[in-house]
Amino acid sequence: MNFQLNVWRQANAKSKGKFATYEARNIAPDTSFLEMLDIVNDELTERSEAPIAFDSDCREGICGACALTINGQAHGPKHPAAACQLYMRSFDDGKTITVEPFRAKPFPLVRDLVIDRSALDRIVQAGGFIAARAGSAPEANSIPVPKHNADLAIEAAACIGCGACAAACPNASAMLFTAAKVSHLAFLPQGAPERTLRVTKMVRQMDAEGFGNCTNTYECEAVCPAEISASFIAKLNREYARAVLQRSVGE
Amino acid sequence: MIGKLEGKVPPGPLEQKWRNHKNNSRLVSPNNRRKFEIIVVGSGLAGGSAAATLGELGYRVKCFCYQDSPRRAHSIAAQGGINAAKNYQNDGDSVFRLFYDTIKGGDFRSREANVYRLAEVSNLIIDQCTEQGVPFAREYGGLLANRSFGGAQVSRTFYARGQTGQQLLLGAYQALCRQIALGTVKMFPQTEMLDLVLVDGHAKGVITRNLCTGQIQAFAGDAVVLATGGYGNVFFLSTNARGCNVTATYRAYKRGALFGNPCFTQIHPTCIPVTGHHQSKLTLMSESLRNDGRVWVPKRTEDCAKPPNEIPDADRDYYLERKYPSFGNLAPRDIASRAAKEVCDEGRGVGPGGRGVYLDFADAISRLNEDTIRERYGNLFDIYQKITAEDAYKTPMRIYPAVHYTMGGLWVDYNLMSNIPGLHVIGEANFSDHGANRLGASALMQGLADGYFVLPYTLPNYLAGQIGKRPSTDHEEFKLVESEVRARVKKLLEVNGERTLTSFHRELGLLLWDKCGMARNATGLREALEKIPDLRDEFWKKVRVPGEGESYNQSLERAGRIADFLEFAELMCIDALERDESCGGHFREEHQTPDGEAQRDDENFAAVFAWEFQGNGKVERPKLHREPLHFEAVHLTQRSYK
Repeated sequence: MNFQLNVWRQANAKSKGKFATYEARNIAPDTSFLEMLDIVNDELTERSEAPIAFDSDCREGICGACALTINGQAHGPKHPAAACQLYMRSFDDGKTITVEPFRAKPFPLVRDLVIDRSALDRIVQAGGFIAARAGSAPEANSIPVPKHNADLAIEAAACIGCGACAAACPNASAMLFTAAKVSHLAFLPQGAPERTLRVTKMVRQMDAEGFGNCTNTYECEAVCPAEISASFIAKLNREYARAVLQRSVGE
Repeated sequence: MIGKLEGKVPPGPLEQKWRNHKNNSRLVSPNNRRKFEIIVVGSGLAGGSAAATLGELGYRVKCFCYQDSPRRAHSIAAQGGINAAKNYQNDGDSVFRLFYDTIKGGDFRSREANVYRLAEVSNLIIDQCTEQGVPFAREYGGLLANRSFGGAQVSRTFYARGQTGQQLLLGAYQALCRQIALGTVKMFPQTEMLDLVLVDGHAKGVITRNLCTGQIQAFAGDAVVLATGGYGNVFFLSTNARGCNVTATYRAYKRGALFGNPCFTQIHPTCIPVTGHHQSKLTLMSESLRNDGRVWVPKRTEDCAKPPNEIPDADRDYYLERKYPSFGNLAPRDIASRAAKEVCDEGRGVGPGGRGVYLDFADAISRLNEDTIRERYGNLFDIYQKITAEDAYKTPMRIYPAVHYTMGGLWVDYNLMSNIPGLHVIGEANFSDHGANRLGASALMQGLADGYFVLPYTLPNYLAGQIGKRPSTDHEEFKLVESEVRARVKKLLEVNGERTLTSFHRELGLLLWDKCGMARNATGLREALEKIPDLRDEFWKKVRVPGEGESYNQSLERAGRIADFLEFAELMCIDALERDESCGGHFREEHQTPDGEAQRDDENFAAVFAWEFQGNGKVERPKLHREPLHFEAVHLTQRSYK
């Protein structure tokens, strides 16, 4: 298969970026999208041109490192999948493919298609955990958790932290990301003691990072490679309202 | 220089060693802990849990990872589960059985006391992770569920769908995040360790490169903990993440740390087969699938091209069930991998190129229905579908062995300290607990055991004598090592030849897969040992590394790692040649039982091979040190899963 690529090139955050055009030739249909970029990069290297910088690591959809907007969609046209799980057989031969970084103000650009997503780490640092000192934990089966709650918890916990939700959102909102962690821990009894503080601090940090608010466009859910449901955002709102109410009555 | 290797195994009966050792270990008082700076390299299960726990204890920790966030460490990709001896199933499990299965699974090539300790602390890990909010699978009554894994006849594996590694890593990551917010841990993402600094023979710092800016910087600490994972990517194609590398451990080796059993690599039996030249990595299909999937190939070569559903049961060879009736499809990984290679070598493999076997769920689906299978393995079937565009609910999966894990690693004593004082090595990066073959669901167990429950107790044994001994980075040793790192980066950029990095890495990988992969023999290993130095020479003459040193340069990152693989590969082959026996995943074709199983030679090889770098910067034949393995609680037997 052959493709024409329209790729965003930008040397660093300060320089001005632009699209550049490259040819990807003789690509086998079973080649992954990132492997196609590897091939193009090897050709660029042979021609003494700078290879395209892009992030990836596990290349099996779980680490969340890859962050490409392909033909205008975060992670590309195959839903649900991370960009690394996209195969060239999903594209029509001879087509032009546009590749850009995830774009959101809280994700500053590093180089070409690589962005800085440390804002997401800082949201977790603000409260996305259960304080459990190694050595203090009670016997694991001493606190039964209803299966239904455990199942909901893992559905929320499946988030891979790629940031596609914020990139796809017209408001650059990270509500889905934050909601996933708040919900995961709120569904479990172990998360109860810090429930109020957690949601308050995480939402505050999310706002401080410059992420926007949710206006129910559901773009986040549509692009999420881990299929995190937007209903968790409703859960986040309930958790937040509960926390505000608790504080207002002085609890 | 290095005398007799001391494993420092504490005295006393096996089941009391760890308790006694803890009682006799030195302590660092809370107000002294903040005087110590601990450098932790790597943020996966081992590094992340260690950094968080040490921070919680009050040490000042600096944690480094090459990824843009500690949450992306490759532990995240582990699918199946984590073992523990809870015996929640009432099926006869115990600490001793978990210990015994693990040491037998490793073909009796690991240290008894370490493995017993691992089994002992396994239960604490489940308690800890549950309390952190790891959403393990549960029964309807709200209690924890278990499943079976290879090499065991009890159900002791805890799991979170097919994403156990992800959930455990996020637990450790969240604990780490809490410490980062509290200021006890300072995190350095996108920062790669390029060398180790020794001052007066003690590990006291690292030289790193910031992958975003290219800045090379020195960091001093009171102790260095390497948690940098395995070296499976030396084979080019493996289930490891693209960035996984040997650089940190290999650099430490070049500074004098001994490398233990480098030839012990695990080829995992259930991976999605290679499709072509373009492929950059392989993907695992969790071993847990063998709970319900049946492995088979056609009995006759001429049936191989037929669609699987047109081959009647009578014409199928369920070879694992046939050869190993008591363990069946849950035979250990090394054995299942070799069996797959064997049937493919006989020409009975399926799929493109004939390198594949079927993993068939039809029986399980008709016994349990599709929904149950979907609930157990849904995400794995989805991964398979994405990669192969095939529906495994309708047609059997095709699988083939692939490089997955490395049991070898830096040599450590019972305190998890290498022969270099102050240098501690945990998780996959050390050689410690899995012998010649790791059982499924044991890697997560070891990484977290080391980080949460072993290192925090053993590290003070070193630190207690080190108050006030942390050097400044102005020390001449730091200057010297830093200048060497700078020179090496410059040299890589200056070759400016015509060959790509990929071409060198692929050539090395194919050579190793061929000569030092699932089966090895003396002739092949000698051949590899002749070819590797030539390839290395060519690399330094002809490689092209574009870009500059002082910027974000992914080619330069890869170049440094491949350069180290090109040296390390030689060490692997030397070790594989020297170990003139078969054991676990190290299958020397010269040494097999009449029915083709690995034939150990306990008289001559019941020992750890720990290699010392020689050659003053140049690669020369390393010096071998042997640590004899003593077995008090188990009898060495021919491993049988029949």
